[in-house]
Amino acid sequence: MNRTLTRLLQAPSVVLLLLWMLIPLSMTIYFSTIRYHLLYPERSGFVGFSNYEFFYTDPAFWPAILNTLILVGSVLIISVVLGLAVAVLIDRPFRFRGIARVMLISPFFIMPTVNALIWKNMMMNPIYGLFAVVANTIGVEPVDWLAQFPLLSIIIIVSWQWTPFAILIFMTSLQSLDQEQKEAALLDGAGFWARFFNLTLPHLARPIAIVLMIQMIFHLSIFAEIFVTTGGGPGTQSTNLAFLIFSQALQGFDVGVASAGGVFAIILANIVAIFLVRLIGKNLAA
Amino acid sequence: MQMTDKQRERLINHIAVAAAWIVAALFFFPIFWMVLTSFKTELEAIAVPPTLFFEPTLENYTLIEERTDYFRFALNSVITSFGGTLLAMLIAIPSAYAMAFNPTRRTKDILLWMLSTKMLPAVGVLMPIYLICQRLGLLDTHIALIFIFAMINLPIIMMILFNYFREIPKEIIEASRMDGATTFGEITQIVMPLAWGGIASTALLSIVLLWNEAFWSINLTSSDAGTLVVLVASFTAPEGLFWAKLSAVSTLACAPIVVFGWLTQKQLVQGLTFGAVK
Repeated sequence: MNRTLTRLLQAPSVVLLLLWMLIPLSMTIYFSTIRYHLLYPERSGFVGFSNYEFFYTDPAFWPAILNTLILVGSVLIISVVLGLAVAVLIDRPFRFRGIARVMLISPFFIMPTVNALIWKNMMMNPIYGLFAVVANTIGVEPVDWLAQFPLLSIIIIVSWQWTPFAILIFMTSLQSLDQEQKEAALLDGAGFWARFFNLTLPHLARPIAIVLMIQMIFHLSIFAEIFVTTGGGPGTQSTNLAFLIFSQALQGFDVGVASAGGVFAIILANIVAIFLVRLIGKNLAA
Repeated sequence: MQMTDKQRERLINHIAVAAAWIVAALFFFPIFWMVLTSFKTELEAIAVPPTLFFEPTLENYTLIEERTDYFRFALNSVITSFGGTLLAMLIAIPSAYAMAFNPTRRTKDILLWMLSTKMLPAVGVLMPIYLICQRLGLLDTHIALIFIFAMINLPIIMMILFNYFREIPKEIIEASRMDGATTFGEITQIVMPLAWGGIASTALLSIVLLWNEAFWSINLTSSDAGTLVVLVASFTAPEGLFWAKLSAVSTLACAPIVVFGWLTQKQLVQGLTFGAVK
């Protein structure tokens, strides 16, 4: 196969992705420097960096950045640690293990919107929710989760969806761990933690990297869960960058400012991506 | 009484199994509760304390059937998630093949660049895409959503396929070239059959992700090309406390893909771990 043909075969994916990235990106950058308000189409013209300034000085800006990072970090830690624990727990033969498996991974297949609705209405509602019922039963004052701990609630909701993803990957990976190695370690009298750190964890290094990468991509732009539950509030307590831009663009009708926010989001994503590309780059080379 | 090692081991095993079941029950409980609620009347759905035993009713389901066009939304979900996946696979298979069997110095960089486009937050480019679709009259159409779905999944699909194709021994390809196989023949007769597991799992993963995709579906489609995600979203805002109906519509929206996921879980993981897990 010659060079030209190689290039020809690669062209569709490269060109399409380039277009998919460059056209909107350049439009976003262009919009971010002009006055563009859907409700006031007569106002127009180049405004330089004032949209950026407006977005940047929005009191919600720093909280949104911070919330984005807290959200991504917490969910990653929870899902990997809990995922590892459950995967190790279930990595033994027992009856109806297949059913337990199916129960554990199911939340991953539930739509984020539905997931958020279940938690909002049936779990966390301060009057009818099951958490409130449990609290009342044991004589504790029920908590209005989404109003009092909005960010924590979102973290719980997202973790419930994505821990099963980690479990699914880790438990399948564990099955490919050499049984003989495990037995040899047992015979050598290696304790549980020694086996975990010297055998299990190294074996799971690549799956863990992959779980981190895929999840980070999805969590940086979490939208549906916030849209359905807290709407970013109360105040800005559960507004992440994606939601802030959304509220500027589609609720504020200000395309210019929203585009400036989009540029900020892209910069943040790229900072995170640099770490990620290193991580996955190593895996590619391996 | 001193326990022998064997007894202790068995005890630990019993505790672990019990713990596994408790965790499994906790994870599954919200789904179980949603399905249960969908068979209650609205009054029972918000009863405090909640009722576990009740006379199941199908009224929520019949009401949804009457009020909305469930099958249309379901069909839209099928069309867009399968269509987007198919389009992405058609673009990705030749590309990944070329990259895997004729790599250049830049192949790795291209792949990493592709993956990095996945990290651009959708919301950052929502306005341009929305305006382009509006200008072209593509708002609320299958075509727009299929194309966008293909683009957002293309990087991950490329990555997975590349890793699969790389594991095919080069000698097989070379032998077929000696026999005078064309490039098209190589892809369809040799690469695709050999990497079938990887191709299937990649497609499965893509379908699951697209079925549940919310951002583009909610912002670009409504009644015509709206997916099940849009249908569920339409039940949220004004309906207030109609939990039973909401549960029923959610159950209907999730059931197909959850069952699909159960049936294909092993295949799926292969794709998710980039072929690292056999």
